[in-house]
This record gives sequence, C-alpha cells and structure tokens, in this order.
Amino acid sequence: MNELPGDLRFTAEHEWLRQEEDGSVTIGITDHAQAALGDLVYVELPEVDQELESGNEMAVVESVKAASDVYAPMSGVVLAVNEVLADDPEKINADPYGDGWIVRIQPGDESVDTMSPDEYQEFLDTLDD
Amino acid sequence: MGLKTPLYTQHVELGARIVDFGGWDMPLHYGSQLEEHHAVRNAAGMFDVSHMTIVDISGPEAKPFLRKLLANDVARLTVSGKALYSCMLNEQGGVVDDLITYYLHDELYRVVVNAATREQDLAWIAAQVGEFDVTVTEQPDVAMIAVQGPDARELASRLLEPAMRDQAMALKPFHALAAGDYFIARTGYTGEDGWEIVLPAERAADFWNQLAKSGVRPCGLGARDTLRLEAGMNLYGTDMDLGTSPLASGLAWTIAWDPAERDFIGRAALEEQRAAGPAPRFCGLLLEDRGVLRNHLRVVVDGREDGEITSGGFSPTLNRSIAMARLPAGDYDRAQVEVRGKLLAVRVVKPPFVRNGKVCIEL
Repeated sequence: MNELPGDLRFTAEHEWLRQEEDGSVTIGITDHAQAALGDLVYVELPEVDQELESGNEMAVVESVKAASDVYAPMSGVVLAVNEVLADDPEKINADPYGDGWIVRIQPGDESVDTMSPDEYQEFLDTLDD
Repeated sequence: MGLKTPLYTQHVELGARIVDFGGWDMPLHYGSQLEEHHAVRNAAGMFDVSHMTIVDISGPEAKPFLRKLLANDVARLTVSGKALYSCMLNEQGGVVDDLITYYLHDELYRVVVNAATREQDLAWIAAQVGEFDVTVTEQPDVAMIAVQGPDARELASRLLEPAMRDQAMALKPFHALAAGDYFIARTGYTGEDGWEIVLPAERAADFWNQLAKSGVRPCGLGARDTLRLEAGMNLYGTDMDLGTSPLASGLAWTIAWDPAERDFIGRAALEEQRAAGPAPRFCGLLLEDRGVLRNHLRVVVDGREDGEITSGGFSPTLNRSIAMARLPAGDYDRAQVEVRGKLLAVRVVKPPFVRNGKVCIEL
C-alpha cells in the first residue's frame, strides 16, 4: 500500500480533500478508489460557479467497467475544474493526489465527516478483510 | 469463495484483480484492462476460459438429437473438426444459451457452453434426451486457454510438438483438431485470429507459463468483454436471454430454416414471431457526444419510440463509446441515448466495429 499524503483528509466515499493556503479546498478520489475502478475513460465535471451541496453528486468518473459518482464532501462553490481530465481521464489513475485532482471549491458551512490519513488507512484495512 | 480453474494460482501470482463470474473466481484484469485489450488487437493475449463447460454428445443418434436441440443445423457439418455457432432455444423461442458445436464424426460432437449458464444448460440438455440414443458427458478435468491476436497462433505454435504444430497451423478459421490430449480450435471471441486450446488440467499451468514467457500477454475477462463488443459478438445474459429470441437479438443468421421438416425446439414460436411482423432492429450504436454508453440505457428514436442498449461500453480501439441495442423496426441512422437525464446523440451502425485489427465503421 502506498503511503497516504499527510496533508490530506479523506472520506468514507474514497475522496480526498486538501486545504489550500488561500482558503479553497481541492478534491479528488483516492488511490484506492482509482485502483478499484480500473482504467478511467471519461470524467463528467461540474460547471465552474456551480453550487455544491454536501453529500450530493459532484462529478462522475467512468472506467471501462462502470460509472461511479463522486460526492461533494462539503457544500461550496466550484472555483475550478481540472479541464485536463476531459482528454486525459487516465491522469486520475496515474496521479490521483496530484495531476488527477478533480475540482477546487470555495467551501461553505456544511461538510461531511472526514478522516486523517491514519484513520483512512485503518478504514481501508477493514475493507480488505 | 467461488469455483477455481486450474489456472487460479497463476492469476493470483500475476497480480490479477479477481472477481466473481457466474460463481467462478476469475481475473478481471492484471493491472490495466486497456493495455490487455490493445495487446490482443496488436500482438497476442491469452484468456483463461476454463470456466466454460465442455460437453461431449455421443452415440448413434447424436446427430438427430442435436438437430432437434439447436436452432442451427449440425447436418451442415460434414468435415471433421468443423464448428457451428448456434442458439439453444426453449419452446417459446427464448435463448437457453448460445454455444459452439464441433463435429468430430457422426456419433461424436463437442459442445462448449457458457459458464454462467452451466446448470441451466446441463439440465435442459438432459431433459431433451428422451428416447434419443445419446450419451451426454461433461468434460471436467480440462482447462481451456484462448490465445488471441495477430501473433497468437505463431507464438502458441512454438509450444506444440512438431507434428501437431503443422496440423494446427493448417487449421482453417472455425475448424478444430483433436490431437492426443489436446483439442485446438481456430475460434475465439475477440474479432482477432487465434486458437482456443483445450488441454488436460494438470498441464494447464505449465502451458500458460510458457505462453507468457514467449510473449503472450495474460488478459482478463474485462478485456474479453471490450474486445467482443468491438467485434459485434453477442453476450448471453445481456444481448439475449430466455426472454428474447434470436430474431430480436441480431442472430437470425444462425437459424437454419431449411429443411422445413426439421422440427427443432422453438421453431414453431420463431415462425409465429416471423409471421407477426418485422423483428426489433438489433444494431450497433456509436456515441457522438462525450460519455460512456452502458447496458440497459434507454434509446430514443424520433423523439418517441423507445429502444434499449443491450450491452454498451468504451471502445479502447476507437477511443469512443459503442453499444449494441435493440431498437424499434425501421430505417434510420440516428438516435439518442438517455444518460443521467441527458439525451446524447448516437449514430446507428452495423456491427462489427472492429475486426482483425481494422476499424469497420466510419468514425
């Protein structure tokens, strides 16, 4: 198992969040999620300026196998989407915590529970059993 | 824990992602389904298909029995080793399974049926025997490896004894040869050239390892599905099943209507369907918008009539999404598919999409 980046928070839906210095939050899916999905072939992104509600569908990642929803881990407004994914969805497979980021949002008030890297690792270990 | 083929250990050692497939623990991929797909189109790949069931039908009445059991006519088979693709129907014309029958001689035929339908098939076949003087024997102690791709036969032939190698390389498409413990058929399910090789279970691992060493890439069932979809080949359980007839599944070509007096199971129902009007259109779809077509999505034709995608997905060769669909009868070449509430434009095309490494439709 690869080491989980220490500056991230994680959700039980296998999304990661990074708090940026300017107050925005970058969101993607975890290495575990991309590995489980397999080769990604299409990503449906939200619109910039779109309002997101915590826990609702935010994006869709499609692998050769299936389509999976990506849920907003907090309410907020979309500041930017990773346009590169439109042509290179496999960036998520290659670099889920870096070039494979999905959206950057200005967070609102509501958020879902998140885990530290250690807590997420423990959570993953329970799934493998 | 599911059933395991003689090659299960090989799959695990190669790092396969194992999934349940009709009760069997089978490899979905060994890291990248896309790379495995391209390996078969461009070079050579191999699939463990030992979960499929091999049934030998033997006895003095093997031929008349199969002429009753199958919608296609085994009397067309006169050369030893020749194969025939057919549906096995119920009385209502529904598809119990699709299968390949190899003719060995007038009193021996080898039938290969799908894994997920094994119980249903064996029970159905046994129930039809009745007064026929035939013996139905499942072959449990064998493995089956499909070696597919433009380089597949050349690479696999190096593993065969010289005498067997020459015979195997001389096989014509859709012909098989029984040589010692080996049964080699120039068939497949990928739209590429290749062999399906049946061999004793205890020799399977060694054969698999040697194939891998000679450059044949292990491929999982994921790539097998994208390859067969591109090749426009039907998948049992999604493109046709007990509730749909071959006429509504693009398989009319597999029904042998002549001779008229051959009373195969399901014939009367098919004749009624044929007389009742045009069958639904079974065709291919090419997505013009971005996205991925999936099984069971609704297809809208002329803004009203509904059809359904029977199997859809992403085509790695075309880098576009494709599907097979059951649509209203009629002559049209455009439609829309409803994906998550949006209508996406598709072009109606005639499969195959890709065959022998070549793109067969206009993009």
